[in-house]
Amino acid sequence: MLSKRIIPCLDVRDGRTTKGIKFKNNVDIGDPVAMARFYYEAGADELVFYDITASSDRRNIMIDVVRRVAAEILIPFSVGGGIRNLNDMRDVLLAGAEKVSVNSAAIQNPGLITAGAQAFGSQCIVLGMDVKRVAPSSTIPSGYEMVIHGGRTPMGIDALWWAQEAVRLGAGEICLNSIDADGTQAGYELTLTRMISEAVPIPVIASGGAGAPEHLHQVLTEGRADAALIASMVHYGTYTIKGIKDYLAQRDIPVRLVW
Amino acid sequence: MIVIIDYQAGNLTSVVRSLKALGVEGTVTQDPAVVAQATRVIFPGVGAAGKAMATLKKLGLDQALRQSFGRGIPILGICLGAQIILEHSEENDAACLGLMPGRTRALPRVEPLKIPHMGWNRVRFLQYHPVFKGLPEGAEYYFVHSYYPAPAETTMVLGVTDHGIEFPSAIGRRNLVATQFHPEKSGRFGLQILENFLAWDGSHAE
Repeated sequence: MLSKRIIPCLDVRDGRTTKGIKFKNNVDIGDPVAMARFYYEAGADELVFYDITASSDRRNIMIDVVRRVAAEILIPFSVGGGIRNLNDMRDVLLAGAEKVSVNSAAIQNPGLITAGAQAFGSQCIVLGMDVKRVAPSSTIPSGYEMVIHGGRTPMGIDALWWAQEAVRLGAGEICLNSIDADGTQAGYELTLTRMISEAVPIPVIASGGAGAPEHLHQVLTEGRADAALIASMVHYGTYTIKGIKDYLAQRDIPVRLVW
Repeated sequence: MIVIIDYQAGNLTSVVRSLKALGVEGTVTQDPAVVAQATRVIFPGVGAAGKAMATLKKLGLDQALRQSFGRGIPILGICLGAQIILEHSEENDAACLGLMPGRTRALPRVEPLKIPHMGWNRVRFLQYHPVFKGLPEGAEYYFVHSYYPAPAETTMVLGVTDHGIEFPSAIGRRNLVATQFHPEKSGRFGLQILENFLAWDGSHAE
């Protein structure tokens, strides 16, 4: 049986991770390569790097990070943030990432999903979705709207429609982030996650709101998610991946326990 | 010389990297003449069967692979490389290499399970093979695929995996062994498989 994936997410700015791990050992908490190595050994099933670099030479910085991470870990990882075109995708994939995540660029240019899927295969094209709850309307019948710029800019696009459209365009996976839940550590947006996951045939990674192992349990059962993204709850040492997996395994969630 | 066949079907860096982790340099090539000198061949790949077969033919690598198989050198197919070694693929209704009798079939969607089958899953090994020795019970391997290889002979199925249906995830015939999963992305147990492959002389009874 396929295991549910537990995926730490690392934000990278100017080649350094922005949230540190609180650990006693020798992990350089600002070094994405050291953190990748740490999570690889700690039992992460996959890693996500999100590039929040603003400078103009962001691509070169991130490509260097990707190359060094790829030399250290033998599990898949994806890179998102600032992927605007096929060249960006190619650079990241050739540097050793397994997947690229496209978000606002795909909304602005949906053909990017198809072009990426044709060039590199659907399996490496992840659609990143930032979603905000709104009152249902004729344009947003599901009551969940696509947003960009960290939630500041509503796009007038229904999230449910967009998820299904992205599948049609060739996306291989969806990373679904609830702007409402993000940063709260109060639990994932279960209604949204379930709605999207049940509506698409491809895997859905739930993101936003993880603060405790029970939140992962909820989103992997009630929320129907195939994988769960985590950040602060492990970055600050509150929980370990092993601890989270043991908690889930005790509740009959299939997780990878031997690594 | 360990040759990694590049037929423009996805990213080979992780395969090269994994070999490096084992202290071995792989030679990535699109040249049939280089494949002809190989002592060992790794045949990876992701993507669609139809396009992959067209590229293999265009580059003359289809013949090079058949000759490698005939020469008896150890060959490891990975993912798409485990599918197009069969005679035919349902994906693009493509005629394939035919190094092993059988067909590649679409993985049926058994709801609520998702397609592609993406993530970590177990392999239940059905018979001993030197390439899969020393792997612990409960080990999982990284999969990402929508089709699976279905050899015509059950003796060629070395291991199976469950995703709605039980499908062959490790297959072998003579000097050819192949995995639907990615050993190069499957942590240290995947690395163990690659190490076993590098030590294998290719002699295994069907």
